[in-house]
This record gives sequence, C-alpha cells and structure tokens, in this order.
Amino acid sequence: MNISRRQMLILLPAAAVAWEAVLAGTPEASPNYKLTEHWWGMLVDIDKCIGCGNCVRACATENDVPEGYFRTWVERYHVSDYDMANPVVDSPNGGKNGFPPVLESGGKDFFVPKMCNHCADSPCTQVCPVGATFISPDGVVLVDKTYCIGCRYCIQACPYGCRFLNPKTHTAEKCTLCYHRITKGLTTACCEACPTGARQLADLKNPNDPIHAYLRTHEVQVLKPYMATGAKLFYHDLDGSVR
Amino acid sequence: MKTNKFKDTEHLWRVALVFAAGIIVFVLVRAVLVPRSFGEYGHYRGNALTDIAAKPVVFAGHQACETCHSDILAVKKDGKHVGVNCEACHGALAAHAGDPGTIQPPKLDTAVLCVRCHQANAAKPKDFPQIDAQEHSSGLPCETCHQPHSPLKGLGAKP
Amino acid sequence: MPPVQGYMYPNEIELAWSILIVVYPYITGLVAGAFILASLERVFHVDAVKPTYRLALLTALAFLLVAPLPLQLHLGHPERSFEMYLTPHTSSAMAMFGFVYLWYLMAVLLLEIWLDFRRDIVLLSQRTKGLKRVFYRVLTLGSTNISESALRIDDRVGYIVTVVGIPSAFLLHGYVGFIFGSVKANPWWSSPLMPVVFLFSAMVSGIAAVLLVYMFSTWYRKKTIDMRCVDTIARYLFYTFLIDCSLEMLDLIHRIYEADESFRSLDFMVHTRLYLSQIVIQVYIGTLAPIVLLALTQLLKLSEKARKRIYAVAGSLVLTGVFAMRWNVVIGGQLFSKSFLGYTTYKIGLVTKEGLLTGVVLILLPLPILWALVKLLPPWQDAESLAPAGPVATQGDD
Repeated sequence: MNISRRQMLILLPAAAVAWEAVLAGTPEASPNYKLTEHWWGMLVDIDKCIGCGNCVRACATENDVPEGYFRTWVERYHVSDYDMANPVVDSPNGGKNGFPPVLESGGKDFFVPKMCNHCADSPCTQVCPVGATFISPDGVVLVDKTYCIGCRYCIQACPYGCRFLNPKTHTAEKCTLCYHRITKGLTTACCEACPTGARQLADLKNPNDPIHAYLRTHEVQVLKPYMATGAKLFYHDLDGSVR
Repeated sequence: MKTNKFKDTEHLWRVALVFAAGIIVFVLVRAVLVPRSFGEYGHYRGNALTDIAAKPVVFAGHQACETCHSDILAVKKDGKHVGVNCEACHGALAAHAGDPGTIQPPKLDTAVLCVRCHQANAAKPKDFPQIDAQEHSSGLPCETCHQPHSPLKGLGAKP
Repeated sequence: MPPVQGYMYPNEIELAWSILIVVYPYITGLVAGAFILASLERVFHVDAVKPTYRLALLTALAFLLVAPLPLQLHLGHPERSFEMYLTPHTSSAMAMFGFVYLWYLMAVLLLEIWLDFRRDIVLLSQRTKGLKRVFYRVLTLGSTNISESALRIDDRVGYIVTVVGIPSAFLLHGYVGFIFGSVKANPWWSSPLMPVVFLFSAMVSGIAAVLLVYMFSTWYRKKTIDMRCVDTIARYLFYTFLIDCSLEMLDLIHRIYEADESFRSLDFMVHTRLYLSQIVIQVYIGTLAPIVLLALTQLLKLSEKARKRIYAVAGSLVLTGVFAMRWNVVIGGQLFSKSFLGYTTYKIGLVTKEGLLTGVVLILLPLPILWALVKLLPPWQDAESLAPAGPVATQGDD
C-alpha cells in the first residue's frame, strides 16, 4: 500500500463513520432518496454472461437466501441447429457453483440469468388476498413479510417461477432488486458481483442512466411477452428458444 | 292487527339486532387493527418500504473499496479486469469496510477462483478468454504467471 | 420415474399447494351441492325430496364448519388470516373468501336452519333440562313465539333466504373455480370453464353425499327408505353428472384440438404422472362407471333392492371421482414446469401438518359433527320426533 500513514489516520475513521450509517441501514442514511424520481428495471446481456454463478452466490450472501431456493438463478441452454422448439436446459443448483465444463456440442449454447421481472402489470401482486405484495412507487415488486399470510397464491400466479416460500419465515419471498441497496445509491448485489457486466441495474426514469440510453438504441426482449406482464427485466440478444 | 304483526316478527328483529351488533363490532375492531400506514401508497403497508430499505448491506460496493485501495484501482484500470468489481473475487466485504483494522478479507486461492470464470465451456461467449486448466497450466495456481488485478501485465500480450 | 424429469425452474420443484388445497374445494363443493339439493324442495317445490331437506341443510352446515380448517393448516401464518377481513385486496379472488364464507354461514345457512327448526328449538327449550336447556334457550334468541302466523312468516322469509342462498352457494364454490381459472401463468388451470366445471362437479358430489347420508341414516335408524325420494335424487344426480361430464369433455376436446404450446407437456403429464388419478380414478372409476350404473336405473325397470344397491355404489364412486378431479386440478397443475420442459413429483408426508393423514381426517371430520347436529336438531320427518304441528301456547299471548 502506498497510502501514507497520515492519510490512513484520516481516511480510516472517516470511512468507518460513513460506513456505520450505511451498515446500520437506517433510512436517515439516504435522506435524499425520492420514490417518485425512480422507476427501476434491469438489463441482462446474454452475449456477456459466462455462467460463473457469481450473481447467484452474491444474492444468497446479501439476502440470506435459504439453501435450495433461488431469488436469482442461471440456466444453460443447448439448442440444436434446427429445433428451436425443443431446447435442452439445465441449471445445476441454480448455477450457484457454475456449470460443469462442456466443450463443443454441435449446436447453440448460452447462459440465461433469471430473476424477478418486477412487472409493471404484475400478476402476482394482483392475486395477493391481503396486500402483502405490491409494486412500490419506484417500480420494485416487494413482499411485506410482516403482513404476508403465506397462502402461496402469488407463487402460483408468477409465470416466471421466481417466487418461493421461505421455509424459515413461512412467507413468500423473491428478488427485491436489492431495494435496501438501490435506495442508498448502491447497485444490486448480483450486478456488483458480475465480472463481465452482463447484469446492469437500470433506472428508467433517469435520462442520464447509460442503460436507459442503451435500451433506446439496442434490440431487447422480455420473457413471455404474450403474458402482458409489463416485465422490466430486459434481455439483449435473448434467443427465441428461451422459455 | 299491527301489534300482532310485530309480535309475530319480533324474533326476526332479534336476528337483525344480532347481525347489526356483529357488523358494528367488526367495524370497530377493523379501525383498531388495520396498520396506520396501510394505503399510503397503494393497497399495502406504507412502512413496509422503509422496513425493507432498512436492511443492512453485506456487499460494500466497489466505490467503498476504492476509497482506501486507490493503488489497486490504478493497477486495474489499465488491464483486462478493469470492469471486474473487487467483491466479485474477494467476496462480500461491507464488514471489512466498516472495521478495516479488525476484519480482514480471506486470502484467495487462485487455483480455484479463476477457473470459475475462465474454464472453457461451450456455452460461454466465443470472445471470452477461456482455457482448459489442465492443458494451460497443469494445475499450477494462476498467480504463478498472472497478476490477478491486471492479468496480462508483463506477459508481452496486448493489454 | 425419476423425481424430477427434464427441466423445472428451480423454485418449481417443490409443490406450493398441498393435499389440503385439494380438500378445501372438495368440502365447499359438498356444501354447495347439498344446499342446492335442499333448495330443490324449498324453491322448486320438488316434493319428492322433502325427506332429505333438513338433513341436506345440516350436512351442508357440518361441512361448512370444517371448511376453513384445511386453509388455516396450510397458511404460513394462520394467525394473520384475519387480515383478509381487515384489508381484502379486491383484485384477488381469494380475498373474497372471508366475506363469502361469512355471508353464506350467517346470512344463508344458519339463518335458514334457524328459521326452519325454530319451532323445534322452542319446544326443545321447554322440554329439556340442564346444559341442553341453556343451549336451546340461547338458540331461541329469547323469542318463543311459534304461533301459526309467526311460522307462516318464518316460511316466507325462509323461502327468500333460500332464493338468495342459491346464487350465494354458486358464489361460495364458484369463486374457488375462479381462483384457479384466472391464473394466466398456469395453462392447466387458466380457462373460463373452470368455475363452471367446479360448480357442476360440486353439485354432483353434494347430491351424492346427501343421498348416501340419507340412505345410511335411514338404515341405521331401522326405518324404510322413501324410494320416491331416492329415485328423484338419483335422477337429479344423473342429469347433473351428464352436464358435468359434457363440460369436462368440452375442455378436453378443445385442448386437444387447439394444441397450444402447453399441450404436449400436459398431454405427457396426463399419460404418465397423472395417469392413475386422472384416467383410472377420475374417468373410469369416478365418471364412466357411475354414469353407466345410473343410466341403468333410468333405462331399465329394476327392483327396489337393486336400485338401492346401485345408488349406494354409484354415490360412493361419484364422491371418489370428484375428489380425484380436485386432486388432478390442484396437484396436476403443479406437476409440470411452466417452461413446458419438465415434470416433478408431489412428495406427500404421512403425518405432517399438510400430510395424507391430515387430509383424510379433515374429510371425515364433518361426519361426527353431522352426527352431533342431528342429535341436537333432529331433522327426521317421522311422526314420533316431536309434537305435531299446530299453535302452541306461548308466553305473553293476548
């Protein structure tokens, strides 16, 4: 390290104090966050995903996701040259430990990271009987785990399979778009851990957001568009065989 | 005639009274039990937003690392790993950022860490640098030849 | 058969809705069906089924009292279930449950039973002793007027309650069908036919249940079965079953013909993982066999003994078949992946909270409750049950 001892003596306490506030997680740490100024989404670039599983592990660490359940996961597709309708798909332990090495396979192979699509017209919030799951004013679909009664109707209603019942809290759970991070100016854990930039958080209300500009200039797709869910998880170069 | 009519329907009025009492009790109980912030932004408990946002972070985020480790950043920014955030390899380190003296990040084993990304796989993008670990280095740890923060530095390859 | 075959989204491997969610629509279906049978006499004046009128109402009540139990046992937080009353989310069919249930229990079933049994309640409150006396006195709500005119008014009001009760019964069970039918994410469930199919199979199961309860209880009490009554019930069972069967056939033919993207996966599932419960139990044993048996009684002139035997067998097969139908909808809808690339298995526990034993106990629990209700409010129309009808001296008269 070539920081001088003097600099360290000043830097360390300053950094520690700043971090106390962030670590404590109090709303006062982010007093400037205005709900109405944001509309969150995410971009996944299939061309960049290397299936390393960093995102799955990072999410599990950041959010205490129980073993065997997934707030995000990675699928590997093998599509033979002519048969787009019958891909071979696998996701060993959700891709958490990467994928077993496979060499040339005579077809098209690629990885597809999946997570909650934070739908603008979400079918899961529509069916909650008590109002425990909802879309926040800034576009994140969340679950109020002190209010959820654990009926699992939302799990049935999600077309993408991204919800599960947490076996410890007995409430429905899913990706929160790291709401506790994005409201503090940080990015999501999965985006932070992705080594290739395949996952990028997008603020669709911020004209200066580079991803917002990207969406305007590149072809993007969503999963199951015929479900009309208003999904805000955009994929670049998503193959038509992806389920 | 009128009093007779009432006498004969009196039991029905009693039923109606029971129902009315039930409805009143329901309305009162509801007023007490519905959480105060419910309905603030929509059909949900408004305080849920602050509750969820209040969770402490576990990954510090690369900007936090760069506050102290600017020298590493200087090495990284000219190399191939410029876009790889610190915690992608070093793991979640908000605890270390909060108490750098006491909490140290674990030492990494490059023989295990690097292959997670770089082991050849048909599903990886063709332009991504991938090798077969056995062929490439016969199991030697990667840092034998490569500097992790700038992997092609000093190897004669284009940075 | 491997536990997971092909590709399932990781969170889909474990089923979210268990046997308890099969039991719940089964029980509310029996409630709706039993009530519809009772209303046949009250509103449509089918006198032949009068011997089963009161029994059908008590059967409906016994099952309705048990109905919330499978749901409470299934919820992750049953202690929060009252939230459905506090903040019902009106876009959710499930949020209706609390209010529809309460309405049906209080404003339809209990009210109708109370109005029809009121004379007996007052008489019993005067003739019994001890705790039973207190119980009946509370039930009278303090009023002992059972004069001719009061009873006539009761009859009128009861008629109106039954008329309101019929669409209420449709709502009580129809909304359950809508809970499934409105889920666009699941092609096995999503269909406008779903509430209608649920309702008709509910009517079939309720009619069969009352038929069996009547036949068993009459035999147990060593009385003679009113053949005109059971013949009529069996006829209604047969016709309702034909309609139910046609609706399910329509759904099947439509699926096969349109063959949308889900068809191959669902077809595979029905031929493998769902074969026993769908083809063997629901179709062969639970639908074709009872229809053939009931058709025999309609087309041929059979002896009383033969008809009684056939009704008992057919009724039991019907109840089995309708349970299988609920199983195939709920469990079947979760055995295939929404990626249409894989299948999973339902791992049912035996003695766990949502296990097989719990399911069986919940289905049987209404029977001892019905037994208790029958003891407290005897529904029998026979002469020796209570004093003959007519004005009885009441307090404060004139």
